[in-house]
Amino acid sequence: MVADAPQCFQDVILRLQSYWVEQGCALMQPYDMEVGAGTFHPATTLRSLGPKPWSVAYVQPSRRPTDGRYGDNPNRLQHYYQFQVLMKPSPPDFQDLYLGSLEAIGIDSNLHDIRFVEDDWESPTLGAWGLGWEVWCDGMEVSQFTYFQQVGGHDCNPVSGELTYGLERLAMYILGVSNVMDMPFNHPKARTPLKYGDIFKQTEEEYSRWNFDIANTETLFRQFDEAEQECLSILSQETSDPKSGKNITMVHPAYDQCIKASHIFNILDARSVISVTERQAYIGRVRGLAKQCADAFILTPAGGKVK
Amino acid sequence: MPDLLIELLSEEIPARMQRRASLDFEKLLTDGISELGLSYESSAAFTTPRRLVLVLENVSSKSLSRSEEKRGPRTDAPEKAIQGFLKSTGFDLSQLEIRQEKKGEFYYATFQTKGREAAEVISVVLEKIIRNFPWPKSMRWGETSLKWVRPLHSIVCILYDDDGSKIVDINIEGISSGDKTYGHRFMGSGEFSVTSFEDYAAKLKKNYVVLDPSERAEIILQEMKNQAFAQGLELINDPSLLNEVVGLIEWPVVLLGKLEDEFLALPAEVLQTSMREHQKFFSIRNPKDNKVVQFATVANRETPDGGSTILTGNQKVLSARLSDAKFFWDNDLRTIKTDGLDIWLEKLKKVTFHNKLGSQFERVERIINLSEIIAKKIGCDPKLAKDAAYISKADLSSEMVYEFPELQGIMGTYYAKKAGYAASVSETCKDHYAPLGPSDEVPGSPISTVVALADKIDTLTNFWAIEEKPTGSKDPFALRRSALGMIRIIIENDIRISLSEILALGNKKADIEDLKEFIYQRMKVFLREKELRHDIIDACLSIDKEDDLALSVKKSFALMEFIKTSDGSNLIQGFKRANNILLQAEKNDGVEYSFGADLKYAKEDAELNLFSVLDSEEVKIKASLEREDFVEAMNSMANLRAPIDSFFETVQINSDVDHIRRNRLNLLSRICKLCLSVADLTKVEG
Repeated sequence: MVADAPQCFQDVILRLQSYWVEQGCALMQPYDMEVGAGTFHPATTLRSLGPKPWSVAYVQPSRRPTDGRYGDNPNRLQHYYQFQVLMKPSPPDFQDLYLGSLEAIGIDSNLHDIRFVEDDWESPTLGAWGLGWEVWCDGMEVSQFTYFQQVGGHDCNPVSGELTYGLERLAMYILGVSNVMDMPFNHPKARTPLKYGDIFKQTEEEYSRWNFDIANTETLFRQFDEAEQECLSILSQETSDPKSGKNITMVHPAYDQCIKASHIFNILDARSVISVTERQAYIGRVRGLAKQCADAFILTPAGGKVK
Repeated sequence: MPDLLIELLSEEIPARMQRRASLDFEKLLTDGISELGLSYESSAAFTTPRRLVLVLENVSSKSLSRSEEKRGPRTDAPEKAIQGFLKSTGFDLSQLEIRQEKKGEFYYATFQTKGREAAEVISVVLEKIIRNFPWPKSMRWGETSLKWVRPLHSIVCILYDDDGSKIVDINIEGISSGDKTYGHRFMGSGEFSVTSFEDYAAKLKKNYVVLDPSERAEIILQEMKNQAFAQGLELINDPSLLNEVVGLIEWPVVLLGKLEDEFLALPAEVLQTSMREHQKFFSIRNPKDNKVVQFATVANRETPDGGSTILTGNQKVLSARLSDAKFFWDNDLRTIKTDGLDIWLEKLKKVTFHNKLGSQFERVERIINLSEIIAKKIGCDPKLAKDAAYISKADLSSEMVYEFPELQGIMGTYYAKKAGYAASVSETCKDHYAPLGPSDEVPGSPISTVVALADKIDTLTNFWAIEEKPTGSKDPFALRRSALGMIRIIIENDIRISLSEILALGNKKADIEDLKEFIYQRMKVFLREKELRHDIIDACLSIDKEDDLALSVKKSFALMEFIKTSDGSNLIQGFKRANNILLQAEKNDGVEYSFGADLKYAKEDAELNLFSVLDSEEVKIKASLEREDFVEAMNSMANLRAPIDSFFETVQINSDVDHIRRNRLNLLSRICKLCLSVADLTKVEG
C-alpha cells in the first residue's frame, strides 16, 4: 500500500523509522560524534564485522566541511542527515524491503520509474568496499544500496546489506521543494511551523566560515596526531583489567579516536592546507586506525569471538 | 532431440557487463557440454538487466560412450611400480590386461565412460559455470559462499521437445532449478512457469519484458526518432549511450522533454555532458540551427498517467543540474569580464601539478618556453604560440571545469574567446589535448600543433626525470597516450623535426635515450595497426641519424609498397646475396672492399651492364632522396633488380684472376652501399 504523501521533513524521517522498525530493525540513535556519513557509526562499521546477526536503522547527522556553501546553495550543505539501515545477513528480499520503504514515504512505484544503476561503494578511510547500486527515482538518486564485502580490510561473512538515504534530497523531492532552506521541517500547520532554513541557515553560514577560513590548522594538525596516538595506545593495552578483573579490549574508545581523526582531516581538507599527495597519506593513516580497530573488534564477544 | 532453455535471474546486472557475460555464458556452456560428449545444433544468448538467458537447439539426448586406455609398467617391473599403477587407476590386478609388445609384456587398463543423460551432463557443466563465472567483479551476499555479479535468485533449466518439458536438476547453495520465473519487477503479474523458449519469450513479453537486447535497442531508437520527427526535430545518434540504456531497462518507454529556455544559451558540450553522463539522456536538436532543445529519456515502465510524473521528475533533476552548470558558467564569465584569464593563471600557482614537478603555473611556464622554441623551429608565429600556451590550462581554475573535469579544454576555448583572444589562439585550449585516443584527430592548426607538442614533451621528459614511467598495465599519468599523441602529431602533420633535439628541450634530467626507445616502441605499435611491418620501420629508422620520424615513416610506407612488388622482393634478395658474399669475403680476406670498382676490369656483359645501370641510378636515387621523393627512389631501386639478377646468374665472382675478383667484390660493395643509403635492408625480413 502506498502511503499518503508526507507533509514535512520530519514526516519522512518518522515514516522511514517506523517502516524499518516493522521490518524488525532495532531503532538506534545518532552516534554522538562528528562523522562524514552514517557508515562511520560503530553500529555499521564495527557491527558489520563478525558472524553475529544484526539489524539496525538510525538517522545520522553527517558533516562534510568542503560541501559548505554558506547556506546559499539550494542543495548543498556541510551538515545534513542520512538515514541508515544495516541488516546482517542481508535478507534474500532486501530489494523488496527497500522498495517497501519507498512506498511508505509516498513514492508510488506505479507512477514512478525506479531503477537500480550500478554504483560500487568504497571508503578508502575505512578500508571498506561493497557492490550495489545507486537507486534512481525518475532520474534522481534517492539511495545508495550496498552489499558490504570488506570492512577494515576484513571479509564480511555473513554479508551485510546496507542502505543510505540522503534525507534532505529525498524529502525535497517528495515534498516538491526546490531549495532546501524552504523545506518545512515540521508540519506547516504546527503551532510553531519551522522551515529547514529557520533551523540551519545560520549554522550553515557559521560553519562554512569556520571550516573554510578560521579553524586553527596548527591545532587541528596536532589534534590529528593526538587522536592517532591515543587510538594506537588504547589498542596496545593489555586486555586484562586489574581493577575489574575482567578481560576488556577497548575497541569502541579506540574507534572514537579514529572517527575524530577522520573528521579533523576533513576540516583540514576544507582549509585547503593538505596537498594532493599528502591527502593520500592522511587517508592512509585513518585507514590504518580503522583497520586496527576492526582487527581488535573481531576478537571481542560482539565481534563473535567465543571464549 | 530436445532443446535446452536456461535463465539465471538475479538482482540488477551492471549494464556495461551484460554483453560480455552473455558471450561468456554461451561459450562456456557449449564448450563444456561438447567436451563431455553432447552435441547441439545452434545456440543463442540474451540478456536483460536481471537475466542471463541461453537457448540451445537439438541437444543430443545422451552423450556418447567412450573408452580410454592407459599403458602401465612391464609385467616384470618391481612390485612397487605395479602397485602404484593399480592405485592410480583404481583397478585390481585381475582387471588389467596384458599385452605383448616389442619391449616385453605390459599391463593395460581400459576405462569405459558410459554415455550419460543430457540432463546429467548439463547439470554438471552449469553448476561449474555458475561457481566460476568470469564476472569482472563479483560478490557474496547473505550467508552464501557463492559469488555472482549481484545476488542470484533463481535458475530456470529445462530440456523440452514435442512431448513436453523436463526440469534439469541443479542445486547450488539453496538455489534449486525449476521452470518458474518472474516478469518485470513492477509491471509483471507474479510467478509463471515455462515449457519452451517460445513459451518463455511470449510470457515474458506478456509480463512486460523484451528479452532480446537488440529488439529493445530497435524499439528505443525508432521511438526516439519518430517522436523527434513529429516535432520537426532530430535525434543526435549516440550508439554507446544506447548500448548502456538497453542494459538498464526491460520494458522501454521513450519520453521526450523540453530544455527550459534559460539553459539554451549554455554551450552544447555542457548540455550534452550533463544530460548524457549524469542522466543518460539523449540529445534532440533542431535541424535548422543544430541547437539542442530537447532530451529523450527511456523509462523502464508504462504508467497510468502516460509517463507524466516520470517526465516531470526527470526534468526537475535535469534543471537542478543545469542550474548548477549555469551558475558556474555565469560566475566564470563574470570573472573573465572583470579580471580576464590572468586571475586564473594566478590561481594555478597554488595548484600542485605533481609534488616533484611543481605547480600547474610552473608547468604552464615550461610549456610557454617550449612553445616559443618549437614555433621558431617549425615556422609558426612564436608570439601567438606563447599566448596560446599561456592560456592553455587557464580553465583548470574555472568553476565549470572544477565541477565537470571532462570539459577541460572545451571550456577554455569558450572562455578565451569571451576574454577577447583570437579564434586561432582560443582553439588551442581545446586542441592541444588532442589526440585523446587512437581514433581522435590530431590538432590541425600550427599554433595548436606547437602547444600540443610542447605540452607532451614537458609531460614526458618531466615524468622521465622523476622516474615515474609506465610499468605493465599501470600508467597513471597517461604517458603512453602522450607519447602516441606526439608521434601522431609529428607524422600526420608531417613535421620535420629531430626527436632527440626537441626532447632535449624538456627536463634535462630525463634519460633521453630511454625515453626515445619508449616513444619508438609506441610508434611501432601504432604503425603495426596501420599495417606497417616493424622490420621495415626498423630498416628506415636505423639509418635516420636525424631522428626525423615523419621522414622515416614516409620512407617506410614507400619501402613497404616496393617490397610488395616482385622487383622489390627480388631486389631485397639480390641485396642480401651481395651483402652476404661481400661480408664473407671481407672476413676471410681481412680487408674491406670499399675502394670502388673499376670499369676497366669488367669483362662480362652483365658486369658491364651493371656498371652502367649503377652509374645512372645512383645519381637518380641520390637526387630522389634529397627531394624526399621516396616513391621515385624506389622506382630507381627497381631498375637495379634485373641487372643485379643477371649479374649473379652469369658472372662468377670468385674469378681465378685476383684483381678481377677484387673488382667484383668492390662492385658488390657499391650495390650494398647504394641500397643501404635508402634503408638498412639487412633488417628487412624474408
